[in-house]
Amino acid sequence: MTAAPLSGPLTGRARADRRPHSLAEWQADGGHAALGLARQQPPAAIVDMVAAAALNGRGGAGFPAAQKWRFMPAPGTIPGDGPSYLIVNGDEMEPGAFKDRLFLEALPHLVIEGAMIAAHAMHASEIIILVRDAYRIGIHAMEQAIAEVDAAGLTGRNLKIRVHASAGRYIVGEETALIEALEGKRAVPRKRPPFPAQSGLWGRPTTVNNVETIANIPGIVANGPDWFRGLSRTAEGGTKLFGVSGRVHKPQLIEAPMGTTARELIDRCGGVSGTGELLAFQPGGGASGFLGPEHLDLPLDFANVADAGSMFGTGTLIVLDTGTCPIGVIARHMRFYARESCGWCTPCREGLPWVAHIVDGLEAGTAKTADLDILHMTAGEAGPRGRSFCDLMGGAMAPLATGLHRFERQFADHAAHGCRA
Amino acid sequence: MSLPEPLTVMITHAIASHGGPRGAILEALRMVQHAEGWVSDERVADIAALTGMTTAEIDNLATFYSHIFRKPVGRHLVMFCDGASCWMNGGDKVAEAVKARLGIGFGETTADGRFTLLNTCCVGGCDHAPAAVTGRNRRLVGPLRADTLDGLLT
Repeated sequence: MTAAPLSGPLTGRARADRRPHSLAEWQADGGHAALGLARQQPPAAIVDMVAAAALNGRGGAGFPAAQKWRFMPAPGTIPGDGPSYLIVNGDEMEPGAFKDRLFLEALPHLVIEGAMIAAHAMHASEIIILVRDAYRIGIHAMEQAIAEVDAAGLTGRNLKIRVHASAGRYIVGEETALIEALEGKRAVPRKRPPFPAQSGLWGRPTTVNNVETIANIPGIVANGPDWFRGLSRTAEGGTKLFGVSGRVHKPQLIEAPMGTTARELIDRCGGVSGTGELLAFQPGGGASGFLGPEHLDLPLDFANVADAGSMFGTGTLIVLDTGTCPIGVIARHMRFYARESCGWCTPCREGLPWVAHIVDGLEAGTAKTADLDILHMTAGEAGPRGRSFCDLMGGAMAPLATGLHRFERQFADHAAHGCRA
Repeated sequence: MSLPEPLTVMITHAIASHGGPRGAILEALRMVQHAEGWVSDERVADIAALTGMTTAEIDNLATFYSHIFRKPVGRHLVMFCDGASCWMNGGDKVAEAVKARLGIGFGETTADGRFTLLNTCCVGGCDHAPAAVTGRNRRLVGPLRADTLDGLLT
């Protein structure tokens, strides 16, 4: 399937038909050169370079990548024998997120090169690239690319790489649940501490990085941290693979500087479709709070979006026009998070289906005004401080809490009349 | 029918490469499903025997992970996105049209065993909304239209 062509230092080499490169093609284009450069340097120098580049993790939380790597213990300080793991998280399943699919399908050698450099930097001896079941084309591309680098001797004697094809469930994307899945258990998040770097997969030091985070590493090593920071318009380094979907004329992936505004991104998608007028947007996938037309010129990065009361998340925008019922959008999100709760913590297991039921009732016209109080209570008390092991419910409450505030009139109208859109 | 020899070899290999029997269970379930389309009670017992686990431990995983099928599915699996971006672009109408055409609902298989419909979110095809993935390769199709359903049921 073809898509709009991409340009930019991160994704510009992706082909329009997304056919991946062979190893020979990739090397002819300068690929895997950064790996050679990285291996000539001590691991700490690579970590310092990534720190200076101000690369924030692209999986959703935006945690500085180098800082995460520094949690990994140095060799010789780890009790017992066994591997240290780098897990590349390709379990992309956030509603509205479709960016990691591109790297896995079209740029597998970029992901592998980044992962091998990162493994060197954090002393990891085994790389596991976990990919969701629905991305089987990406799974095949990654397996093929791994076979090629193995056969060419690029992996080296002390590094193992494999793909783990996941078997469904959104919660697998949560890093400690992902570790449980790899250990052959139900994907139920672990209580932290200990953090994965202290005790991760099979009790060994483990770092979990998002696919896009890893894909940025070769460019940083090849061109230096100053170059990477220079790509951005804000203090957070690099370009970002944005995605825009929902009510725009040409939904697509767009690589653009960190700090690009929603107005620019929506314009590049041919503008708002439907009524042509923006109602609201979610800047970072389903679990990010709604922003409005007043945020169109906000330079999008993790810090600015957090300051505006939302979350940059995956950087994949969901756009609503004024003809779209926001309660309907929230209803789809609530059904999704209710369905995908792993069921371990009571507020999430019991609360989310109840919330989904109420929002469905608002849409159908069977809810009562008093139900809005329950939504407010749940959004307020079971949010980020809900004492759940992970933030699935906290994330799910973000569109609800911000929606209750932003769409107060629509909620009241739905409680009285149901959906009249 | 006992577990075919190639599957036994592959699962034994997975135990070696995935950190032991427990780490290989999901891989074993996936391999069985890839070969046979679903995971029968007999295969749960086979995997239990090969990994030294109980059938309860195997089923504990098989019932948790939504893409492991514990009953037969159609030759063509259609996984339909019911997320917000697809819904905003008419996903509900397409889903209703597919259900009407096949005469089944989500989670069901046509009587001739050709199609199974599942709802899921998100298929990572928001730029092709409304979208679905279909077939063994989970090929992405979209934007779908209710009046044609082009590319979806072929």
